[in-house]
Amino acid sequence: MNVALVKPTTDHALGELFAAAQSRLPGSGTVAEVRQIAFDDFVRRGLPHRRIEEWKYTDLRALLREVAPLAPAPDQAAFARAAKAVKSLGIDSTQKLVLVDGVFAPQLSDVTALEAGVHVRALREVLEDNDNKVRADLLKTSVASDAMISLNAALATDGVVIDVAEGIALAKPVHIVHVATNSSTSLVTRSLLKVGKGAHMTFVESFVAAEGAESYQTHDSVVIWIGDGAELQHVRLMEDALDAANISTGIVTIGAKAKLNTFNLTNGGNVSRYQGFITFAGEGSELTTNGVNLLGARRHGDTTLVVDHAVPHCTSREVFRSVLDDRAHSVFQGRIIVRPDAQKTDGKMMTRALLLSDEAEADNKPELEIFADDVTCGHGATAGALDESLLFYLRARGLPENEAQALLIAAFVGEAIESIVDDNLRDFAVAAAERWLATRG
Amino acid sequence: MTALLEVKGLKVQVEDNEILHGLDLTVNQGEVHAIMGPNGSGKSTLSHVIAGKPGYDVTAGEILFKGEDVLEMAPDERAAKGVFLAFQYPVEIPGVTTMNFLRTALNAQRKARGEAELLVPDFLKKVRSVADSLNIPMDMLKRGVNVGFSGGEKKRNEILQMALFQPSLCILDEMDSGLDIDALRVAADGVNVLRSKDRAMVVITHYQRLLNYIVPDFVHVMSKGRVVKSGGKELALELEESGYAQFEDKAA
Repeated sequence: MNVALVKPTTDHALGELFAAAQSRLPGSGTVAEVRQIAFDDFVRRGLPHRRIEEWKYTDLRALLREVAPLAPAPDQAAFARAAKAVKSLGIDSTQKLVLVDGVFAPQLSDVTALEAGVHVRALREVLEDNDNKVRADLLKTSVASDAMISLNAALATDGVVIDVAEGIALAKPVHIVHVATNSSTSLVTRSLLKVGKGAHMTFVESFVAAEGAESYQTHDSVVIWIGDGAELQHVRLMEDALDAANISTGIVTIGAKAKLNTFNLTNGGNVSRYQGFITFAGEGSELTTNGVNLLGARRHGDTTLVVDHAVPHCTSREVFRSVLDDRAHSVFQGRIIVRPDAQKTDGKMMTRALLLSDEAEADNKPELEIFADDVTCGHGATAGALDESLLFYLRARGLPENEAQALLIAAFVGEAIESIVDDNLRDFAVAAAERWLATRG
Repeated sequence: MTALLEVKGLKVQVEDNEILHGLDLTVNQGEVHAIMGPNGSGKSTLSHVIAGKPGYDVTAGEILFKGEDVLEMAPDERAAKGVFLAFQYPVEIPGVTTMNFLRTALNAQRKARGEAELLVPDFLKKVRSVADSLNIPMDMLKRGVNVGFSGGEKKRNEILQMALFQPSLCILDEMDSGLDIDALRVAADGVNVLRSKDRAMVVITHYQRLLNYIVPDFVHVMSKGRVVKSGGKELALELEESGYAQFEDKAA
């Protein structure tokens, strides 16, 4: 591919993109400066391509070609369609914060019914609050230097800023629902969650399309701080339209003696990447993360996790699964960094790919960067078809081939879904996996 | 009367290696047949081919079940028509609870036969009574299929399925392997309860020991891919004394 030829046209389109977006972007002064710097950074790099090591398997120049223009601000009809999409999600047990086409929609959200100790503001509102001296920091990221994070900072139209008070245990999950109602446009959002010291809560992110929304691009980022002694259950359910793209970033900082349990389901989107940067900033903390990619046709799903053991005595467990049909392509990149002082680190990751077709592809790139000497770290990977002996056993008991396969796939995925603590969310994830299986026919 | 199972001139290859060289076997309703023979004589191959395990190439002969050619049927169709293979080594299926597996399998068979699905309460009642008779605690059925089960528990789980599905032909492949005498007795008792004039059994075993508990009507000796001798239950005792060597010479 001749990058030099592609880039100028991309640059030109990008300049227009930012100019056209200006009227939609909240915040002036320092906020506008941060956006400009971020945008310049993105223009300098362009969309990541295969020669950028971190994006080797997910060449966005080939897969996305360009960043779609921002979706227009939603009108009443858009909100009505979004409301329908939220309803058809069928999750009633959460406190929802709904973002429609990249704009916070309080009228569709449970803002008046939030539990005590949960404080929510729209990102737009904070960015426009000129008395807030640190507002521009909401768009800054120190953990990674990445074109897509810069793009997100430059173009984020809205999001939610959530504060959960110290020491409380929430009864209901806090749930951000991203709804796209528009086609061939971008939704750029950024949300922040601060979990107070000793607080216990579940945080859910859903990505869905309203009926008829096609070929859109979701560019989301979420920044999370977990206070000392806090416990966060984080569930991410990506069910965007099958021809949509979703390029999202999670940046998590874990305090001392805290726990984070994450589950990510990729069950939508033609091109998707979820990149998580998780840093242990306090000793004695635990991370468990489970991911499942369900991909068919020619869909591409990438999960990239960087776990940074910056302090001693922390434990991390990552298990990533993919089920791949047709010519689907799944990517898992897992990097575990153990800093020189981070003794007694215990970090392990495992990748398991289930290949249902000869033409499906699973790429797996584990990286261990260990600078301390008293640590336990490891990684493993398996890839293969469904076990013939299990299939025969089920068929000998009367299950037709497709049902036998479905049962084994559901079991494979189910082992990851089991990690979801919340009963309703777990049932929802099971149902989502069943929907995927049903599409296989 | 049509025989329940008729195997005629069956030749079977795995890759280019012929394992069965023209095998004949007829089993009628209500009969219990034992198939004995040394390792490598083709006993398990016969059971696998009847049940429809992939990887075997039938080059000659036929297998009729209730007069129908089973070689044309998928394994699940055979199961729905009443063929049941109790595995020598039942597989472990993590992530699928035994309960869910039993219900899915039973309903799949019923559906294939054009019968209505069993309602959950009826199903539970049925499972509970069968499990009780086999000393299988209900807790065990809530775990993954055979996951963490002992050898005896796995075999009892096979018999539980047999009792639940009520097949007309049960093929027990080396049911005694890996079982101590107590476990063997429990398993054999479970099988004996299922003996009936409407059901036939083919008991495959290397050792005569099992046949003390499941007493056959007929005994066949297999060697090198053929049935080399058939007789009554006394043939098993004879074998116990004289061993298989005599037949190996004969087959060669």
